[in-house]
Amino acid sequence: MTQSLRRSAALCAVLALFAAACSVPQGPADAPDDTFVIGLSSEFDNLSPVLGFSPDGGSLFFDGLMSRSPDLTLKPALAAGQPEVAGDGKTVTFTLKEGLRFHDGKQLTSEDVEYTYEALLDPANNSTIRSDYAAIKEVRAPDPRTVVFELKHAYAPLVQRTTLGIVPKGTLEKTKPVGTGPYRFVSWTPGDKIVLEANKEYWGGAPAISKLVLAFAPDDNVRATRLRAGDFDASVLPPKAAAQFRGQQGVTVYDVPSADYRAILFPMTHPVTGDRAVREAFGLAVDRQAMVDAILAGSGTPAYGPISPDTKWHNPEVTGETNPEQAKKVLDEAGWREAGDGIREKDGRKAEFTLMYPAGDSLRKELALAAASDAKKIGLRVEPAGLDWDAIEPRLGEDAAVMGYGSPYDPDYVNYELFHSDFKGKGFFNPGLYDNPEADKLLEKGRSAGDEATREQAYSDLQKIIKDDQVYSYLVFLKHVYVIRGKYDGILPGVDGHEHATGGLFAGLPAWKPAT
Amino acid sequence: MRAVLRMVAWRVAFAVPLLVIVTIVMFALAQASPFDPVRQYLGERALVTSPEVVEAIRANWGLDRPVLEQYATWFGNLVSGELGESRSLHRPVTEIIGERLGWTLLATGSALVLMFAGSLVVGTLAAWRRGSWLDRVITGGAFANESAPVFWLGLLAIWIFAVTLGWLPAGGLTDAASTTISPGDVAAHLILPVTVLAISQSSWLVLYVRESVIGVLREDFVIGARARGLRERTVIVRHALRSALLPFLTLLGARMPELVTGAILVETVFSWPGVAAASVQAALAVDFPLLAALTLLGTAAVLAGNLLADIAYTVADPRVRTLGVG
Repeated sequence: MTQSLRRSAALCAVLALFAAACSVPQGPADAPDDTFVIGLSSEFDNLSPVLGFSPDGGSLFFDGLMSRSPDLTLKPALAAGQPEVAGDGKTVTFTLKEGLRFHDGKQLTSEDVEYTYEALLDPANNSTIRSDYAAIKEVRAPDPRTVVFELKHAYAPLVQRTTLGIVPKGTLEKTKPVGTGPYRFVSWTPGDKIVLEANKEYWGGAPAISKLVLAFAPDDNVRATRLRAGDFDASVLPPKAAAQFRGQQGVTVYDVPSADYRAILFPMTHPVTGDRAVREAFGLAVDRQAMVDAILAGSGTPAYGPISPDTKWHNPEVTGETNPEQAKKVLDEAGWREAGDGIREKDGRKAEFTLMYPAGDSLRKELALAAASDAKKIGLRVEPAGLDWDAIEPRLGEDAAVMGYGSPYDPDYVNYELFHSDFKGKGFFNPGLYDNPEADKLLEKGRSAGDEATREQAYSDLQKIIKDDQVYSYLVFLKHVYVIRGKYDGILPGVDGHEHATGGLFAGLPAWKPAT
Repeated sequence: MRAVLRMVAWRVAFAVPLLVIVTIVMFALAQASPFDPVRQYLGERALVTSPEVVEAIRANWGLDRPVLEQYATWFGNLVSGELGESRSLHRPVTEIIGERLGWTLLATGSALVLMFAGSLVVGTLAAWRRGSWLDRVITGGAFANESAPVFWLGLLAIWIFAVTLGWLPAGGLTDAASTTISPGDVAAHLILPVTVLAISQSSWLVLYVRESVIGVLREDFVIGARARGLRERTVIVRHALRSALLPFLTLLGARMPELVTGAILVETVFSWPGVAAASVQAALAVDFPLLAALTLLGTAAVLAGNLLADIAYTVADPRVRTLGVG
């Protein structure tokens, strides 16, 4: 943006404060040759897919074998078509497109793909995403256009994992990425910004926005201020900070649903939370809609299970309600009787437990406090405790905690580790010691079945079991709020994962075109 | 001059054990910290990473070794000039500091000059017109300023000059949309952070100059100068201010640490890509190699500041004997 335009935009924003009506200059200013600036809340640690940079396909510099559309379907990217999966599900073969080139002009071959995955799996490289790819035994490149994945066990979600960006063989470049993606790297001023330019020779067609800047501003207020000042063209803001932009002319606010949930994990061996009736009553007592309205400023939806209702995997039977009367009845029937001080008792034991949350996370804190006050109304005493993660982890088997997980891509992601009895007590995986052989069987079936319908059935059944066993009390799914200045065609909100730096809505940016 | 050199030599000799002690304390603190560096390294992904991978990373970093061995390894590398690799940024510490130190020196250096010059003028004005409305405004302002947090001042400045008036950019090193670094662009982005940093640290200086000049104005030689019929400006600037300045030099050195902490907040608010902002990141990520290097750098800055102040003092006032050996 030019200096004068920025000034006029800033002036405009100020006028808007008073007049609540203002039009940001349109037309030639937002012409395709203009620079688009995204204000991001956190800087990338590095730009290497091998080490964990944007594995779900929002990297802009890189392409994976497959790429993900906003509607969450996978389409071939570097691969020429859908992969071939062998009958036993343990061999997956990709064929690459012809004539693919890295930004430096070098040809991309299957050896680059092999290198990327093997570097990721090499323990010496300390990749943060290595455990996601644990199913891979080896990757082979029998000829320049063929890549073969040999798996340790049948693993249907593998194809979802192949959105990982492919790097050139032999380099572990961390700060100057050379990829094949729609944007090529220009410069990185640490602490300030990354500059990208459109890859004119991109196999998928050159992006309309030819210059892109990712500017870093961790503070939410700073980001909102710089967006208002016209410094940024787009940013992600917390719902309350985004509220000021709603209804302004020339600015569009997108509420994008996500699979990112917050839920309360119960330890199954705790004398109070180990009782299914207590967990069920707790789930009935919590007013999720009030949490969405008050804590999330409307940018969320109530959650009743680990699978987002916006994805095709969701089982519509898994819902719930707020019904304190029913909750009291459940507790009465289970033998938890009202005592003098308003806290229920059973066999001389008070109905009380501790609910931990990470102290620095204000969202989880507010959710914990709200849940505790809802529980009090039905005679459960919940003691919220703000702690650091390092203090929380060892206590997860003894006390309840507010956790956050969720991925829209494949129901196997995380859920296998969270609910399978093999992972009982392993770090953050299944610390509540949930153990149900039927859930184990469904998880294994969902992971290994090659057939989509079988998988859907398995996960549908699994969601019901989780609901019946009341493993967690699910509270809310978050919505990510994006504010975008100017008019663009081709902005397609999908369902965000937890990561939404340049994943999420901005992953589709190469396809955006300034509206005419 | 020889005395000064000897003082410098003594100070440097003294600084070495001090820096070693700082490294030991730092290491002990890092060990006692309840934060797990591997968890911080994994960030959000810690919750979805299998314990085996966590242990493998711990072993790769040598964190499963005995504490003394870890310290010996790290210290040995330090002495041989090897600062190691930042855990959170995956890059050599020297590289990270190298590309950021210049920007911090530019910002804090400019702020130091501005603070010095500005406080001198304002403090002397207040002393000269003691008891007037001007004096009251200056003193009151200084107290109000001292009680205002730096980040608040920073956000206020952004609000007024960037958002409301649109005169200056709100943050960053260059225009967010510009793809190269040009001096004019950087200068425009420098104005707000430097001014805020200078003003935020200047209250004590203004008040100190004022007190000091008021005190000197009562001295015999000032009265004498006035009695000789010298112009008021000559009396204030040439006679009173000069002798009021002496203790001020030492204070300046002693206030170095506050400039460093001020820089941390200002760099955060204005998204200024300096080392101070990096140390916040390093601390949050429990990135020991980076944090240790930055702490050592901060310690060295404070020592150097004090040393420079002392040298300036000896040069300015020949009565001062250096270390009792001059």
